[in-house]
Amino acid sequence: MAKEYETVIGLEVHVELATKTKIFCGCSTEFGGEPNTHTCPVCTGMPGSLPVLNKKVVEYAMAVGLAANCQIHQYCRFDRKNYFYPDNPQNYQISQLYLPICHDGWIEIETEGQKKKVRIHEIHMEEDAGKLIHDDWEDCSLVDYNRSGVPLIEIVSEPDMRSAEEVIAYLEQLRMIAQYVGASDCKLQEGSMRADVNLSVREKGSDTFGTRTEMKNLNSFKAIARAIEGEQARQIDLLEEGRPVIQETRRWDDNKGESYPMRSKEDAQDYRYFPDPDLPPVEISDAWMEEIRDSLPELQPAKKARYMEEFKLPAYDASILTESKKLADLFEETVALGANPKKVSNWLMVETLRLLKEYSMEPEEIRFTPENLKKLIALAEEGSINSSVAKEVFEQMFKENVDPQVYVEEHGLKTVNDAGALEAVVKKVLENNPKVVEEYRGGKEKVLGFLVGQVMKEMKGKANPAMAGELLKKLI
Amino acid sequence: MDLMKLTAVQLSEKIRAGEIRVAEAVQAALDAIEEKDQTINAFITVDREGALKAAEEIQKKIDAGELTGPLAGVPVAVKDNICTKGLKTTCASKILYNFVPTYNAEVIENLRRAGMVVVGKTNMDEFAMGSTTETSYFGVTRNPRNPEHVPGGSSGGSCAAVGAGEVLCALGSDTGGSIRQPSSFCGVTGLKPTYGAVSRYGLIAYGSSLDQIGPVARDVRDCAALFSVIASHDRKDSTSVELEDYDFMGALKDDVSGLKVGIPNEYFGEGLDPQVKERVLHAAGLLEQKGAQVEHFDLGMLEYAIPAYYVIASAEASSNLERFDGVKYGFRAEEYRGLHDMYKETRSQGFGPEVKRRIMLGSFVLSSGYYDAYYLKALRTKALIKKSFDQAFAKYDVILAPAAPTAAPKLGESLSDPLAMYLGDIYTVSVNLAGLPGISVPCGSTGEGLPVGVQILADCFKEKTILQAAYTLEQALRKEEQHG
Amino acid sequence: MAEKITDETIDYVGILAKLKLSEQEREDAKADMQKMLDYIDKLNELDTAGVEPMTHVFPVKNVFREDVVVNGDDREQMLANAPEQRDGQYQVPKTVE
Repeated sequence: MAKEYETVIGLEVHVELATKTKIFCGCSTEFGGEPNTHTCPVCTGMPGSLPVLNKKVVEYAMAVGLAANCQIHQYCRFDRKNYFYPDNPQNYQISQLYLPICHDGWIEIETEGQKKKVRIHEIHMEEDAGKLIHDDWEDCSLVDYNRSGVPLIEIVSEPDMRSAEEVIAYLEQLRMIAQYVGASDCKLQEGSMRADVNLSVREKGSDTFGTRTEMKNLNSFKAIARAIEGEQARQIDLLEEGRPVIQETRRWDDNKGESYPMRSKEDAQDYRYFPDPDLPPVEISDAWMEEIRDSLPELQPAKKARYMEEFKLPAYDASILTESKKLADLFEETVALGANPKKVSNWLMVETLRLLKEYSMEPEEIRFTPENLKKLIALAEEGSINSSVAKEVFEQMFKENVDPQVYVEEHGLKTVNDAGALEAVVKKVLENNPKVVEEYRGGKEKVLGFLVGQVMKEMKGKANPAMAGELLKKLI
Repeated sequence: MDLMKLTAVQLSEKIRAGEIRVAEAVQAALDAIEEKDQTINAFITVDREGALKAAEEIQKKIDAGELTGPLAGVPVAVKDNICTKGLKTTCASKILYNFVPTYNAEVIENLRRAGMVVVGKTNMDEFAMGSTTETSYFGVTRNPRNPEHVPGGSSGGSCAAVGAGEVLCALGSDTGGSIRQPSSFCGVTGLKPTYGAVSRYGLIAYGSSLDQIGPVARDVRDCAALFSVIASHDRKDSTSVELEDYDFMGALKDDVSGLKVGIPNEYFGEGLDPQVKERVLHAAGLLEQKGAQVEHFDLGMLEYAIPAYYVIASAEASSNLERFDGVKYGFRAEEYRGLHDMYKETRSQGFGPEVKRRIMLGSFVLSSGYYDAYYLKALRTKALIKKSFDQAFAKYDVILAPAAPTAAPKLGESLSDPLAMYLGDIYTVSVNLAGLPGISVPCGSTGEGLPVGVQILADCFKEKTILQAAYTLEQALRKEEQHG
Repeated sequence: MAEKITDETIDYVGILAKLKLSEQEREDAKADMQKMLDYIDKLNELDTAGVEPMTHVFPVKNVFREDVVVNGDDREQMLANAPEQRDGQYQVPKTVE
């Protein structure tokens, strides 16, 4: 009989913080830019340069920690993690090992209606590495230090997750927290949120952990899910064959759908951590901590509950809207302008999400303003445009943030409410469709829809369908 | 007039009085270097062109009354581990043989603001690791009093340049005695400031928690003047400390009445050359005659300072020197197979034996399984050393001690036995571990004519107390010489 | 007694420190390190129980920068120091194993 296995997963998530400058120097963190233009002696490891800590990094790290129910080490320190690699200009990374800023927190996740707490072991601050580009023609690599020194927090969970679904739910919660407190935009494509997965399998019911592997290089939720499934299958196969799982770091190749061991024998994985003598400790007073705690915004679970209560939104709508801080903000700002909450919610839930998917965009990239969304809703409500025109206008608004009023005027999309013009068209339609008119007269009232459709077609969609229906009935 | 016979303060007075042009002063230094450095080899780089150009600019500012400080217009030499924009900075290592910094160390900016002219970069032990200036990739520096002897190290170039009269003052750096010991060997005055008093920004790190830049000069007054120039609170150095005031010239009073001077018994035990001992105790006697209360006491902890120092300094060095890898600057090996081999070839060919020795030791004491036993143990020892000094300074204003157990040894005698060489740092390293200030002042010579220095130490940020005691001692010694 | 320094220790430290030693250098390193560690063992005479490791000698703390962009662009000067550079980047041997 086949054995049953259980997968045990812990995550190390790196989140890039939304500061304007790097963690230890005044260089810009802006994405892109010509190689090595956002650099200075500090972030390129020039001899003699020294780090000075960006205060905002401490505040963001603390905010995420407090939002994730962590304890704060009010006396924390930076350590050097020593390893040689060209993207790491000093050949040590400034990180926190011995006294990380946050520890012992938890966040709640929900999968298939089941709620569960995932414990957070610690959150620490550190610097990002530069970027390596491999040149196959010249058989060399090129180093760009623009990202070197960009502030990161690493959120280390306990091994509390048991499936890819739980991992994704955890990551989504983390992403919401970071976005809600404004600490990060968490864009996976730009690498501002990355996860390393520690995974082991064990026989179901066992209370000891199996040997774990660490998988790196995971930068989309899909890749993470695939990597988890791939690795758990690989480990189970090994165990079934009676072979050991080797504790190692593996790189997941999402294109090939397989992982392979990463390190060469030249990497001893002995990081020789020690307190960085260049950086004095950080002492967080109670007052500072409380100031950060007080500045935390309403977080997603609370917001969702409020939407259901205050705006009478269904639970489903409330969670979709609040999953993205951007969507929630848009929703609230549009409602604040006087728009009907349910209508606003519908536009965001249906058309907006459809278009985001179509253009593979993140909600953060939405360009239209609450003012324009409100105008569009008003135009539709007062019958100035019909629903298909409204969708067309919305798409333009989504793409270019056009003012719907102006757009409707300029493109002559306003519903024609002029009875004379309408009557002429209705008469023409009646004349052209004598058979259908007969059917209607014979009691088949359903065909009226067809006739309205014909009128709309003649008028290129600008007719007021309700008026057209009334007129048709009258003239028949 | 031989300008190189003046003190730096005197030279600047004459420049500001319009008696001497800055360019003349710079030229005098350049000539002296050209003449004497063939024997001494105190310089790695001489910036003739840059210095003469700077001299013109500074002259204009002096003429316009914009530069009025006590060292305006004075030529100065800078140890080659301090970054100078556009001027090669090598740390006396092959691995940085061609490195040209893109920025100035904060002390260089301070020199510039004070109207001083950097004439060149001085030789040193490679990466400041050594006590003789014999580990330099650019050849040994010789002692100005006797070229058969070493100048001490690691700031041997700076101290020899001042001692030989190639420049009137210079900057050195002190991690375990690297200003005080060569000052003693070369018969010049050198101050190791309190940790944090001078910015380390732009000082190529050896042991970051111990390194300090400090002045080297002919006499205590010049030393105080140069210290006033380089001490500053720098936001680019997180370990920089803001001082109450930055004028140390006011401390130069010929008066030690009531000053409590402690002489630690341990510093006068086995291993101390009798001639050195005699000179140092003589200096103590002079201070006593001037009204100081001199007392012998047990400081404790001395024997633990060297092991603790070598663990901490080597550990920090092993990390600080990782950046020298052939990627961003300096030397890269010509032949290698792949990335890691490039690192290994570059570093093995680029670093000298003493640097490798300390990197190896440092990597070992930080490695998995040894961190607690060696590194943390050393940091705990450091805490105890600091405590023993705290207790001493509760009783004494200053501590008087030798700067080194002997006068300068002969060239080639020291490197064969590293441990024996390390033991020569016994009187200096604890000061760095405790972050204290200390000065070395010449207090006579041995029978062979080699200089001997006495160290005066005080509690943190008490540089003024040190300078006053040093100045008073200097006056007493001069008087004695005149009458003697 | 201090840790016994073996050939393996020296090889391991060589990997950590990225140093390649000749046979002679290796023997010397072994002897030197052994001697130093034996000497450092002296620290074990000291009772340091309850003593906090002193990482920073003064109680300086909370030294921060404000989050304001100040960088200039001296890329060309910095790259001029690189042993090999191309297209505004530092060139290194291929890093993918």
